[in-house]
Amino acid sequence: MNNRQAILQRIRSAQVPAEGLPDLSMFSASGAESPVEQFKNTLAAIGGQVIEVASMDVLETLLAEKSEGKRWVNTCSFIQSGERLPDNMNPTALCDVFLASMTGILAVAENGAVWVTEEQMKVRALPFICEHLALVVEKKKIVANMHAAYNLLDTTGDGFGAFIAGPSKTADIEQSLVLGAHGSRTLTVFLV
Amino acid sequence: MSHAALSKEFNADPARVDWHNKTLWWIRQKRDRAAQALPEWEQLREAASQIKLNVLSNLANYLEQLEQRASHHGIKVHWASDAEVHNRIVHTILKDAGIDRIVKSKSMLTEECHLNEYLERNGIDVVDTDLGERIVQLAKEPPSHIVLPCIHKKKEEIGALFHEHLGTPENNADPQFLTEAARQHLREKFLTRKAAITGVNFAVAETGELVVCTNEGNADMGAHLADVHIACMGIEKIIPERKHLAVFLRLLARSATGQPITTYSSHFKKPRQGQQLHLILVDNGRTRQLAQPDFRNSLKCIRCGACFNTCPVYRRSGGHSYHTAIAGPIGSILAPNLDRKAYADLPFASTLCGSCTHVCPVKIDIHQQLYQWRQVLMKEGFGTQAKTAQMKLMAAILSQPKRMARAGRWLRWWMSTMPVLFRHRLNPWYRHREMPEAPATSFKEWYANNRKL
Repeated sequence: MNNRQAILQRIRSAQVPAEGLPDLSMFSASGAESPVEQFKNTLAAIGGQVIEVASMDVLETLLAEKSEGKRWVNTCSFIQSGERLPDNMNPTALCDVFLASMTGILAVAENGAVWVTEEQMKVRALPFICEHLALVVEKKKIVANMHAAYNLLDTTGDGFGAFIAGPSKTADIEQSLVLGAHGSRTLTVFLV
Repeated sequence: MSHAALSKEFNADPARVDWHNKTLWWIRQKRDRAAQALPEWEQLREAASQIKLNVLSNLANYLEQLEQRASHHGIKVHWASDAEVHNRIVHTILKDAGIDRIVKSKSMLTEECHLNEYLERNGIDVVDTDLGERIVQLAKEPPSHIVLPCIHKKKEEIGALFHEHLGTPENNADPQFLTEAARQHLREKFLTRKAAITGVNFAVAETGELVVCTNEGNADMGAHLADVHIACMGIEKIIPERKHLAVFLRLLARSATGQPITTYSSHFKKPRQGQQLHLILVDNGRTRQLAQPDFRNSLKCIRCGACFNTCPVYRRSGGHSYHTAIAGPIGSILAPNLDRKAYADLPFASTLCGSCTHVCPVKIDIHQQLYQWRQVLMKEGFGTQAKTAQMKLMAAILSQPKRMARAGRWLRWWMSTMPVLFRHRLNPWYRHREMPEAPATSFKEWYANNRKL
């Protein structure tokens, strides 16, 4: 018998009594009255920055300033500036990206997380390897909690997706919080 | 060495024990604040527990579903009955790809399987990329905590390690500076190594996707830059549907560190174009645990570490005293299943206060299982001879009222006449306590006398 059959057989012979799944509908309803405010406060508390922008022009100017003239890769279709990435590129070629800007599909008020998929990343490594990350999210796409988020997300597409909540961080050395472990050193969410 | 003997070593430095204790308690307090900020916290725990119970009752079907979905998306699924098979699969994948230098992000399963040692014996260089894990790897130690691998280390010791291995200036122990040095050191590894191993926090049967949570971003840096990604998971890490992730992602980081969520919660569904993605499903004793109704509940664990941080014994004995990959209260109920003889001491490394059970986000009855393991281990003869003899003697005396009264009188007489007999280092009770004054009479005698009044 191979390992697969052996494991499945051992599980089945354990004869664990059947247990049902819980109803999660009660959780979707809970959450803050003002998700935008809660999102801003939560993200600030975990080391991220939130900037509300009135127009795309302002956004583009702010991003250009943030890039400090260094390598800026942009995957947002509605922003003209910034470097575009070719298809099928070697991700290690992104090692000197200073700023990466991309669209976030939705944001979660309770934990400051933004959902981004491969489609927005273009290259999976991009939001992790850049020194600074900027995510552009529509204000109306902020949901109260994770239940509401998963209810909206597509389960069929996307080979890869991630909730990103703040800059990369570690507290492994004597519990001292340090921002910028292996991923981006800062995270700015632009609300439009 | 036993937990008691290893704890004694850790306790040789009282200032360090105090610091260790307070640091972990501080994390427990952060967990409390995060939990209390959610009015629905208790309902979430209950939901998580129910989902995991459902998983255990339907595990084989969910695993087949996961395999089918994941394979459909181009993930190569492997099955491993034990650690040996798991390690061999990893090695074969690397050998076939011609890779002998790899990066690895945190995976308690690979610690449990001693994968690093196995690969190193086979000529493969492994670099752990979680900062805490890299630190203990440089120190040639195992992690002492499943979430905070080097919580036992002072920053000066880390500074000295980095000075020796990474060439940082001597006597620099600034966490910011040391973290930056590790970032640069590991970035070079991420960019040059062709294979990355990661753990799996949750695998979704419905969609076939794997969810990996980190704060540092090291799992993503490894997986997205390498040509080969190997994800290793225990079979109990599966959950039925994607919507269930909401429950677990809300509980995991809040329970672990008091954060609302980890920085990165990455969902891997398909390998990136041109990349190999392997998933290894590992049993290694889990099906044996599943077959034991008293202990099956322990398989609900999501490895948050909350039971470590709250445990009065763990906080004062340190992770290495448990001499197993997963320390703390949960480790003490998992380890005896792997090797009864080697880990017979662990269920006794507890006060049975129940704090672990109260903070567990998936409602594992940890302290009940610690108690149950004690029963099983003693019955099966894994207790020490001294303990067995003591218990027999106690039973012989306490089961007979006359003998008990006589023994009591005898003890009271010696304690008040020659207290020095009890005040020496051979009496384990006296080592950390003052001996009480012996009362003049037993309660029974006192009661008999006073009722006459």
